[in-house]
Amino acid sequence: MHVVIPYVVGALLFGLGVYGVLRRRNAILVLMAVELMLNAVNLILVTADVSLRSALTGVAIEAWARPGAAAPGTGGVFALFVIVLAAAEVGVGLAIVLQYYRMRRAVITDEVRLDADGEEPGIGRERLDADGERVAG
Amino acid sequence: MTVADVLLLALGALAVGSGALVVTSSHLVRAGLYLVVSLGAIAGLYLVLGAELVAWVQILVYVGAVVVLLLFAVMLTRAPIGPSAGLDRPAFPAVLIGGGAGLGLAVLFADAFRWVRYPEPEPGTAERVGEQIFGAWVLPFEVLSILLLSALVGAIVLSRPDIGARRSTPEQPDPDQANPDPATAGGEVKA
Repeated sequence: MHVVIPYVVGALLFGLGVYGVLRRRNAILVLMAVELMLNAVNLILVTADVSLRSALTGVAIEAWARPGAAAPGTGGVFALFVIVLAAAEVGVGLAIVLQYYRMRRAVITDEVRLDADGEEPGIGRERLDADGERVAG
Repeated sequence: MTVADVLLLALGALAVGSGALVVTSSHLVRAGLYLVVSLGAIAGLYLVLGAELVAWVQILVYVGAVVVLLLFAVMLTRAPIGPSAGLDRPAFPAVLIGGGAGLGLAVLFADAFRWVRYPEPEPGTAERVGEQIFGAWVLPFEVLSILLLSALVGAIVLSRPDIGARRSTPEQPDPDQANPDPATAGGEVKA
């Protein structure tokens, strides 16, 4: 098989992800574009496993690793690790987005004020009291 | 052109095409569904490349969990059914940087790997991946479990206003409650 095909596909997907992160204003769509970038990197890792047969050579194996375990196939393992990281990232990211939506009723990243405490008039009229209900500010 | 090449080309075109629709669609829900198509095509690419376990984990975790979570977030933020206005910034810098990164990397890969045939990989079974993970990569695997636990706790703290958003309630100035014990905080929650 010609491994240049999945490599080029991965590169194009990464470019699309960068474009989406920079173009989109909705925070959820930004997260979707980040998923595209992570998948592009995963695809390149798996393809490198096929084409380069990457393995640890000439490296002293760690004390916690089983001897003789540094066989080729590391790309797939790293792809699995990246999938786990992506799941954690999207969980925390969506928690932040939903909490921000509950406070400001907006998911537009351009309107996030980094220098204010959420009490400015106009946007932050509503806020949450201790019981999770919105009160007029 | 072997069968594997044809499959790679078709699935790659599907992944890139639906990925382009993800970042250009003006319907929020449709963007999530195009993401399903793109991730499924990438799982097919993994199968052709011989990474069977990664393909099924991709289907389970991404298509089954991450996209469902994203669609739930779209629903919870009251996204409109039809096309939404004002989803995009001006296109010029994004096209410049994204297109530059994508096409530059593509040219780099095409120049590095050329049109060279590589031997077909043997199917990667779960046994081989398991030997890798629990042989050479045990410590990163365990660190990842700690990361998942901390992400879980962080998401819960972020989304519970009774323990996360103390600073937005100035009418209850109670410094003792700034970092409440989880047991007592759980007792305060009204059902």
